[in-house]
Amino acid sequence: MKNFIVAPAPHAHSGDSIRRNMLLVILALMPAYVVSVIEFGYGALITAAVSVLACVGTEWCISRFLLKEKKQSIGDLSAVLTGLLLAFNLPSNIDWWIILIGAVVAIGVGKMSFGGLGHNPFNPALVGRVFLLISFPAQMTTWPLAQGFDSAIMGQAVTDANTGATPLSLIGQGKIADLPSLWDSLMGAMGGSLGEVCALALILGGLFLICTKVITWHIPFAVIATAAAFAAIAGAFGGAPEGMCTGKYVAYELLTGGLMLGAFFMATDYVTSPMTACGKLIFGFGIGFIMMVIRTWGNYPEGMSFAILIMNACVPLLNKLRPMRFGEKRK
Amino acid sequence: MRTFRIGGVHPHDNKQFSAHQRIVECPLPKQAIIPLVQHIGAPAQAVVEVGAKVKVGELLAKAGGFVSANICSPVSGTVTKIDQATDAWGAPMQCIFIDVEGDVWAPEIDRTPDLVRSCTLEPKAIIDKIAAAGIVGLGGACFPTHVKLLPPPGKKAEVLIVNGVECEPYLTCDHQLMLEHGEEIIVGIQILKRALGVDRAIIGIENNKKDAIAHMRDLAKTQLGIEILPLKLKYPQGGEKQLIDACIGRQVPSGALPIEVGAVVDNVATIYAVYEAVQKNKPLISRVMTVTGKQVAKPGNYSVRFGTPIDEVIALAGGVPANTGKVIGGGPMMGRAMDHTEGMPANKRLSGLLFLPEAESVRPEEENCIRCSKCVQACPMGLEPYLLQRLNELEMYEEMEKHAVMDCIDCGCCVFACPAHRRLLDGIRPGKAKVGAMLRERAAAAAAEKK
Repeated sequence: MKNFIVAPAPHAHSGDSIRRNMLLVILALMPAYVVSVIEFGYGALITAAVSVLACVGTEWCISRFLLKEKKQSIGDLSAVLTGLLLAFNLPSNIDWWIILIGAVVAIGVGKMSFGGLGHNPFNPALVGRVFLLISFPAQMTTWPLAQGFDSAIMGQAVTDANTGATPLSLIGQGKIADLPSLWDSLMGAMGGSLGEVCALALILGGLFLICTKVITWHIPFAVIATAAAFAAIAGAFGGAPEGMCTGKYVAYELLTGGLMLGAFFMATDYVTSPMTACGKLIFGFGIGFIMMVIRTWGNYPEGMSFAILIMNACVPLLNKLRPMRFGEKRK
Repeated sequence: MRTFRIGGVHPHDNKQFSAHQRIVECPLPKQAIIPLVQHIGAPAQAVVEVGAKVKVGELLAKAGGFVSANICSPVSGTVTKIDQATDAWGAPMQCIFIDVEGDVWAPEIDRTPDLVRSCTLEPKAIIDKIAAAGIVGLGGACFPTHVKLLPPPGKKAEVLIVNGVECEPYLTCDHQLMLEHGEEIIVGIQILKRALGVDRAIIGIENNKKDAIAHMRDLAKTQLGIEILPLKLKYPQGGEKQLIDACIGRQVPSGALPIEVGAVVDNVATIYAVYEAVQKNKPLISRVMTVTGKQVAKPGNYSVRFGTPIDEVIALAGGVPANTGKVIGGGPMMGRAMDHTEGMPANKRLSGLLFLPEAESVRPEEENCIRCSKCVQACPMGLEPYLLQRLNELEMYEEMEKHAVMDCIDCGCCVFACPAHRRLLDGIRPGKAKVGAMLRERAAAAAAEKK
């Protein structure tokens, strides 16, 4: 009598895997990364390489030597993605040893201390970033100006002469004459963290993730819509800097800073975002709102990281919201 | 194009192997093994004794309760024993064994291929004939059909929904039945409409069966009150609640039956059986089974008398392919993987046999839940599979009840969609059983208190 394999149904699978999802997110980040390399040159290449290697290395060491796991988890590519996202949140001229510290905190504290992928309450890349922001405020807020790949490749060292403030801090200080044009903000020709400058590339990457069903539209939509509404209301009540119309103010708020990177790639991190559509909308609203509060009244010119981390903390509560059950009365 | 509104997944339909293969009659076996449980509800009670001579269509066992079904003899011959046999999973099942002698049919059965259109029977007479014929839902659940046709007092059926969806990948028996016996199905629908006292019927067919949609549309053109509704491809559209939602946009509330929203759902194969029972006096003694798989030599649709050992059907399809890892009774989403095929008879439940190669038979290792919410998005009942599985691990059955575990329809969408290959249903099924037992206990205690 031949015995066959017995297992409970279903016997078919979509073919989806954690690795596939991580790979698609990494792929979706590539357009923005290419722009960064063009704008910031070697710095972008080195920062990303150090960050990715450090994140993967930290995860490998912890699971090999500390947890003594038999099976390594780095193959799921989530550490690569964390490394890449951390690099995207750093200035491209930052010292390599600062990146190393950031990576160890991101993976070690932010992820592995909770039990690895799936168990961390906070976005690991942002844990690393915020740790660096508090520990190295000067290095973390001195951004090289985008200079085009040519000049970067000529080996011009990044000096004080070509570092500068980001558009958001310029808006904060009311120096609207120094602002890059809206077109440059969209295309990424401005100062800022490595991966956040090119809004257009980030939006394209985000739409790619929505189309491939890696993420849903709820979180990015809620973040962007809330930020836009907040800026529009603030602008209408005189919140915009002198000499700038409300429309322009809204556009700058949306296109500069970490908003697009955060909305499409950081806030949508599976592990640290809510499970239901309704939860995701509230989560996105909270991020947009807190970010604008920090931008408008806070000490920092940029609030995306803090907003996401604060809303990460609310996720267990948001997961109490049930999905719409079949047969429930619709209002 | 319409479909149901919550969740669902898109497995590859893999119907190309057996689609459009004409229904082939499977030869009679030497010995028929007829289980007494081929339906949901109480086992049927044998009414024949060892040594009795039976003809095809004669009653072998009568329904053992209100929710139960008659079993009529699929073969002619001598009853040799009534004893326990072992099913394909190693569990015992009470069976009637018949040594087949010739193929002698009961005289009242009309065996001509002529189509009999007119039916002037009263609803009660129709339902009695369906009950006598032992007809059960052939879509998979095997719920006795005559019970569905008797709505509880105060409830009124408004529409008959005909399930021609066949959303399980690989299976093509219903598709082929619509192509070859569409006219009989149309007559069967008119009979059921008469029995239910409704003037509207909707045949839901998924859009991957365009020829069946066109064919049924053509046949229904001259018929009053039969609509053909092409549906957007999505699993599990053949689920009763999903199909009602897709066809008439009403959602059956949690714990309620379709009649709550005025619907009665029957599968096309069931309706073909109704036609044969009412118009031709032929009880349910056979069904069309799909035998298929990527490596199967002659995949196809086979008309098999109940009691025929499935090994004989498999031989007809070219035998078990060399690299087979799993043999599945039914489709890949809800079918049961068999331990062995020896001694297992064809029966009312078995809609197909699917041979999966070894490479597709081993479940990948589970990884950590990454909380991607794809199971929540996939669940057609709007449940939270990741949470239910966790609650079962923690043995928090009250919480599971609160999170509507009893609404789970076992469709497997959550496991199908999970990128971490988590075996969500392996946890949800036992939890559901526990909660079900808990609810019955509670109901019994409440009833005792009333007394």
